[in-house]
Amino acid sequence: MQINTNSDKPIFLQIAEGMEDAILSGAFAEESQIPSITEFSVNYKINPATALKGINMLTDAGIVYKKRGLGMFVKTGAVEKLKDKRKHSFYQNFIEGLIAEAKRLQISKAEIQAMIEGGFDK
Amino acid sequence: MSIEVKSITKYYGKTCALNDVSVTFDDNKIYGLLGRNGAGKTSLLSIISNRIFAENGTVAIDGMPAQENDAAIGRLYAMGEKTYYPESMRIKDVFKWTKLFYPQFDETYAKSLADQFGLKLNKKVKSLSTGFLTIFKLIVALSVNTPYLLLDEPVLGLDANNRDLFYRLLLEKYSNNPFTVIISTHLIEEVANLIEDVVIIKEGRIICSQAREKLLSDSYSVSGKIVDVDVYTAGKELLGCEVMAGFKTAYIMGQADYDNADGLEIAKVDLQKLFIQLTNI
Repeated sequence: MQINTNSDKPIFLQIAEGMEDAILSGAFAEESQIPSITEFSVNYKINPATALKGINMLTDAGIVYKKRGLGMFVKTGAVEKLKDKRKHSFYQNFIEGLIAEAKRLQISKAEIQAMIEGGFDK
Repeated sequence: MSIEVKSITKYYGKTCALNDVSVTFDDNKIYGLLGRNGAGKTSLLSIISNRIFAENGTVAIDGMPAQENDAAIGRLYAMGEKTYYPESMRIKDVFKWTKLFYPQFDETYAKSLADQFGLKLNKKVKSLSTGFLTIFKLIVALSVNTPYLLLDEPVLGLDANNRDLFYRLLLEKYSNNPFTVIISTHLIEEVANLIEDVVIIKEGRIICSQAREKLLSDSYSVSGKIVDVDVYTAGKELLGCEVMAGFKTAYIMGQADYDNADGLEIAKVDLQKLFIQLTNI
């Protein structure tokens, strides 16, 4: 998980999305413990309030939960939930940009389709 | 619980170092006290810690007047460029003596920090290099456990590894058990994400005191062709500009107006850039 301090994306959002990626990739399995606020803060040299804000986003979305006295854990069903959420934004995040750039470069619909076919077979 | 600075004015001869400065430092926050050379940062911290005296104004620590008041001053520890320890004293003895003045001083923790930084306890204060003198002072500062910690240029002379270690130790300590930290530094990029609130001092006056996130979200840059940028910036609160060939970047306070920004690039401004724009003469 990398934090880019020069990005226009706020750091708390990068923490939340970075953890989402890590949960989706299986780096943090369901019911496994995620790093503490102190660990996030120390590792990325960010104010604990920033790390907390990022992790709270995941708590609010039902992705992680707190076990009192133990720490934060990935909720059962979190992976499915994240997949649903990401699929929902897939069109917005990837397809719209792809079409816009294709139009700028005058790449045809058929050419994009061929590229996708080729990419899948790799 | 707070440090409250009210209407402080300080002169050095005819030079006004602080001009009617009022600012509050709340508890359990990390503050960045930023200002250019000679802006008055060290004077302010020295007045708060009762090392120098102001002509006018008051400082209250947790409601108690700070001047000549051991109970109030004992609630803070100020680390600065000057070294206030006897030069021929050994580090381990400084640790012992510090415990007498600051009962909450954690000697075991201080020794473990010395070990992590590679500071030898048998060394005398006067034999330390610039970097190790800073390390020694930082170790004391991190171990005194006062509710308020004032750090004036805390990484002076430290190499990249030791700066990194210091920031990590500070955050670890703060995250586990919050206290108030005021960091005055010129290395803005390094502390930009550590601090919660920003206090900017310019020519002896406080020009900004607010949450870093709020400050950054209330400012942005816009760049593009000079004419386009000029049209866009008309009537907006302009902080400053940079021009390169026919290309201009303007720094603006407020919220970006995307509807009128065709052909322009709008971006976030980082703390260091914003600081430069705010404190340019």
